[in-house]
Amino acid sequence: MQIFHRSTNTISRATIFGAVFVVAALFWVAATVQRSPYVTYAGVARPQPAPFSHQHHVAGLGIDCRYCHTSVETSSFAGIPPTKTCMNCHSQIWTNAAMLEPVRESYRSGKSLVWNRVNDLPDFVYFNHSIHINKGVGCNTCHGPVDRMPLMYNYASLQMEWCLDCHRAPEKYLRPREQVFNMRYQEPSSSQPVLVDGQPYTDQLSLGMDLVKKYKLRTATDIMSCSTCHR
Amino acid sequence: MDERSEQAGGKQAPVIEPGYTFGSVTDKISAIVLTRPTSTSWFIGFGAFFLVTMMLLYAIGYLLVRGTGIWGINIPIGWGFAIVNFVWWIGIGHAGTLISAILLLLRQSWRNSINRFAEAMTLFAVASAGIFPLIHMGRPWLAYWMFPYPSTMGIWPQFRSPLVWDVFAVSTYFTVSLLFWFIGLIPDLATLRDRSENRWARIIYGILAMGWRGSARHWFRYETAYLLLAGLATPLVLSVHTVVSFDFAVGIVPGWHTTIFPPYFVAGAIYSGFAMVLMLAIPIRKIYALEDFITERHLENSAKVMLATGLIVAYGYIIEGFMGWYSGNRYDAFTLWNRLHGPYAFFYYMLIACNIVIPQVLWIRKLRTKPVALFAVSGVILVGMWLERFIIVVVSLQRDFLNSSWGMYYPTRWDWMTYVGTIGMFLAAMFLFVRILPMISIFEMRTLLPEAEVKE
Repeated sequence: MQIFHRSTNTISRATIFGAVFVVAALFWVAATVQRSPYVTYAGVARPQPAPFSHQHHVAGLGIDCRYCHTSVETSSFAGIPPTKTCMNCHSQIWTNAAMLEPVRESYRSGKSLVWNRVNDLPDFVYFNHSIHINKGVGCNTCHGPVDRMPLMYNYASLQMEWCLDCHRAPEKYLRPREQVFNMRYQEPSSSQPVLVDGQPYTDQLSLGMDLVKKYKLRTATDIMSCSTCHR
Repeated sequence: MDERSEQAGGKQAPVIEPGYTFGSVTDKISAIVLTRPTSTSWFIGFGAFFLVTMMLLYAIGYLLVRGTGIWGINIPIGWGFAIVNFVWWIGIGHAGTLISAILLLLRQSWRNSINRFAEAMTLFAVASAGIFPLIHMGRPWLAYWMFPYPSTMGIWPQFRSPLVWDVFAVSTYFTVSLLFWFIGLIPDLATLRDRSENRWARIIYGILAMGWRGSARHWFRYETAYLLLAGLATPLVLSVHTVVSFDFAVGIVPGWHTTIFPPYFVAGAIYSGFAMVLMLAIPIRKIYALEDFITERHLENSAKVMLATGLIVAYGYIIEGFMGWYSGNRYDAFTLWNRLHGPYAFFYYMLIACNIVIPQVLWIRKLRTKPVALFAVSGVILVGMWLERFIIVVVSLQRDFLNSSWGMYYPTRWDWMTYVGTIGMFLAAMFLFVRILPMISIFEMRTLLPEAEVKE
């Protein structure tokens, strides 16, 4: 007596065959979604109390990063400027712009503007800006082309594999200290060599290797250990 | 020597009582599942153990809410009941694989009567074992971190840690045991499909039988696959508990850091595994009137295995004691002293009594074939093997190098609820198994009959 229809043979074969691909596809989807902006928010601009444009202030007006982020070279925290810093200029220009009303309100009341933090690391990660700046990691290596961001977004995924990519081999990214704040810095190439102590470099790796020595970077084993970032 | 001629000449009990045919063997085993009415005592037994399983779920649920602080673990005794029970259950699981794989390769055909439910017992024991390291992690929802997958953290698990080896050893073991058990079931599932009167039973057994028709080609492929899996499972019998013993032996704690651990753990695992097989087989053969299939021969052989592995375990204890003195290491010597005279000394003497002294009664042939006596000795051995793991885990951690870091361990009611709960889960699963699947391999039993002998 027949319990199953004869099509069951085909269906069961297809199931066995398909299961491999379905499972593989599920793993692929999970890995992809986990790295996508859906999870990391990379490239997604956040709303802010006043629509501050880094593009306008950095590329348009040529203001240095350190004018506002004053403590970036000496402290773990780059520093968010007080309203006073904004008012240095905006008490003179655009004094009636509606867009800037929250800034003026903050200045009058003395209550800080509450910006939405964009590059937000988890609290179990210890991160120090000053050490990165002083060892020759450029602002835009991590923050991306800030001078082309009308509204701020995080450029990188900020996932641990992204941190480790550099901590495993810092020579891939280092640049001379005087170029750290240069938003339009170009990696060395044969057409555009980078000069360090009068010596021209034409490729990143040889430059990076020498900078590792020059700036006395700890070994990759040291900066790879858990307690470097998870203290 | 051939099984049947041995029976004829020797004075041992046969592996199957005479008078059976292919048909009557099949009838007898499949009737337990298909036609025998489900007794009230089955429902009472299953219901009771199901309630105990619910207690386990309650204990785990409360643990997830409150964290491992509800247990008796502390610093220095960070491992406690969870690891004791894990090792105990994993060890029990070993008998199934030994019976089904190693005894198959060694052509011990007496195994055919007990391999099916021993394998089921293995699966349920490994499942019970698997719960403990998982809930012991504190954050079990991150357990997948133990597996090497391309995570966004950009790092692999610490492959130098035996705890990671454990993940592979146990998960491989469970997978291979499950496959082995399922493949062995396929011809019998087809038998149940063909004999069942109930439409749903036919469909479910039909799906599980995967289109088995019993053609010569099916049998050829089946035998090949079964032998290959037996070959795969055989090293696992030795490797799994070896790796479990590395959890301890790789550590530097006195009482753990010894090279005797792997062989002595494997022997202990088989020791407790056969004890569990007997504790299950003895009531089952009585209740379901299977004395013709699970004969005194099986009981006696299992008892002999217990006697042999028990002596290996005893050798392990003796060497541990000897090395405590011979190494000249004051910490090792102190560990030995602490076992004999420390606050947990009572349990050490209990362990020696349960694992070494009492099982020596198995030298007496009459007792080896007496179900009640064997049942009692098996129970004693299971208690003893549990105490062994308790001594290893707790008493070693309790007093290590610095007496400023000494401490005591007292299990809480949550520890006990979790432990007893897994026993309930294990037994509830066994109840379900004997009710819905053939607990003795029908087609392998048929090969034991004189009819199966091929005349040339």
